[in-house]
Amino acid sequence: MTNVMDPRAEASDAVASRAEVCVVACADAFRDSGEMLASAFGTIPAIGVRLARETFSPDLLISDGESYLVRGAWPVGTPATGEVEAWAPFRTIFDLVWHGKRHVMMIPSQVDRYGNTNISAVGDYRRPKVQLLGVRGAPGNTVCHPTSYWVPRHSTRVFVPRVDMVSGVGNDRAAQAGPGASRYHDLRRVVTDLAVFDYHPEHGTLRVASVHPGVTVEQVQAATGFPLEAGDEVPQTRLPSAAELRLIREVLDPRGLRDREVAG
Amino acid sequence: MADKRMTAQDVVSRLTSGMTIGIGGWGSRRKPMALVREILRSDLRDLTVVTYGGPDVGLLCAAGKIRKLVFGFVSLDSIALDPHFRAARQAGAIEVVEYDEGMLQWGLYAAGLKLPFLPTRAGLGSDVLTHNPHLRTVADPYGGDEVVAMPPLHLDAALIHMNRADIHGNGQFLGPDPYFDDLYCMAAEQAYMSCEKILPTAELTAAAHPATLRINRLLVTGVVEAPNGAHFTSCTPDYDRDEDFQREYAGAAADPEAWQAFRDRYLAGSEADYQAAVAARCQEVSA
Repeated sequence: MTNVMDPRAEASDAVASRAEVCVVACADAFRDSGEMLASAFGTIPAIGVRLARETFSPDLLISDGESYLVRGAWPVGTPATGEVEAWAPFRTIFDLVWHGKRHVMMIPSQVDRYGNTNISAVGDYRRPKVQLLGVRGAPGNTVCHPTSYWVPRHSTRVFVPRVDMVSGVGNDRAAQAGPGASRYHDLRRVVTDLAVFDYHPEHGTLRVASVHPGVTVEQVQAATGFPLEAGDEVPQTRLPSAAELRLIREVLDPRGLRDREVAG
Repeated sequence: MADKRMTAQDVVSRLTSGMTIGIGGWGSRRKPMALVREILRSDLRDLTVVTYGGPDVGLLCAAGKIRKLVFGFVSLDSIALDPHFRAARQAGAIEVVEYDEGMLQWGLYAAGLKLPFLPTRAGLGSDVLTHNPHLRTVADPYGGDEVVAMPPLHLDAALIHMNRADIHGNGQFLGPDPYFDDLYCMAAEQAYMSCEKILPTAELTAAAHPATLRINRLLVTGVVEAPNGAHFTSCTPDYDRDEDFQREYAGAAADPEAWQAFRDRYLAGSEADYQAAVAARCQEVSA
């Protein structure tokens, strides 16, 4: 019997855009998280965590992007309007990072096959070709709590054989660095505009978990600068339910900011 | 009780080239910009700057004041990257010591507590350790995991900006986040605090909880009243970030002529001249 309370079970008549498929893929990364601080960078992950909380992960905690944890569902790109449930200035966030009840979704500039990521600098470190943000909290995040990534434009520029500056720690590097690094290291998903990835349980390497509607595994491989793990039957990323589409379109992103991040 | 009021020029006269200076705030939020601008007007050079970087770093880079940057990131928040900082890095003009942002906090805290190090997992497995070969790991004496021993980040001077202060050096934040300003002060030999407004001590808590008095006078060397002193970064609730001005600042990095024009208009004169130019710009925009 179909459980109508589960948004996955509802068939949707409306055609979902690629951006909307990405939103639910990001939301699904936060499924079954329980009470956990969900920190999302980027428009589509920000919609995704709010969608997850409105539907199947009601216990998630979400920041207003400044210093408060706020309940409710408000549109991306607008100030938070819900009830404040905690004061969380940066040093409280830092404490929660090391405590571990946080799942972050970051946007890497480079990713390798073991999930090492770079947000610091491209090229020679002493004189980079492209200076980026700096490592920010990526080294600590990745060795302390669950980490996922969002790549709005999947390409061989992002998915590289070797990242120039390991900011977020991948599975191989965490294992090599010993239990201090690996004990709480927990890479979860990589969501891109083409596909969803998890990691091979033994090899620790990126594995195609699903491809978005209209995308083939071959296309994903062609846009990736290293060999991907993929089973014989790679499923399609699930489509948003009608209820999810309504939430995305009417409540969480009425201005359609998601389409600026992923077109089509 | 000591009256610690001084001018921004007094502050800068106590700094010397080659010093290690910590700058409070975060990204493009509540930065001691009036004090930073006073450094731009000085002949100070070869500074080591320790900060969660914003336009303070970009301006100091553009003026050639920084020899070494100790940082976790440099961002303008609403503009992800600071183009002046990027230009300096991409020209190989500055040396960097890049830490995870939690490690930076730990370094300031270790200095403030006069500890040889504080342990952390952050950094393990990442290239933060590769590019900072001075970092060591330490075995847990109780048999647990080996972790990074984050060394103290001692500062010769700290510069911070608060919403309110009294003449004795008690400082108050009224916005949503104290950031790490108290830790910069604890880590420093001398700490200088600018503020929007100096008030009698009793007035600080007339309408605000005493927990907002984050900066204690025993940590502070000098207090500077600098209205609009965090401009163009945010200083809520007194004012938000001047996004329009920040766009002009970032855009002026595009070519040397544009930057020269920006400098001529805003950075050639005194702080009063700067504030007058900002006010005039504001009038133009709204006219």
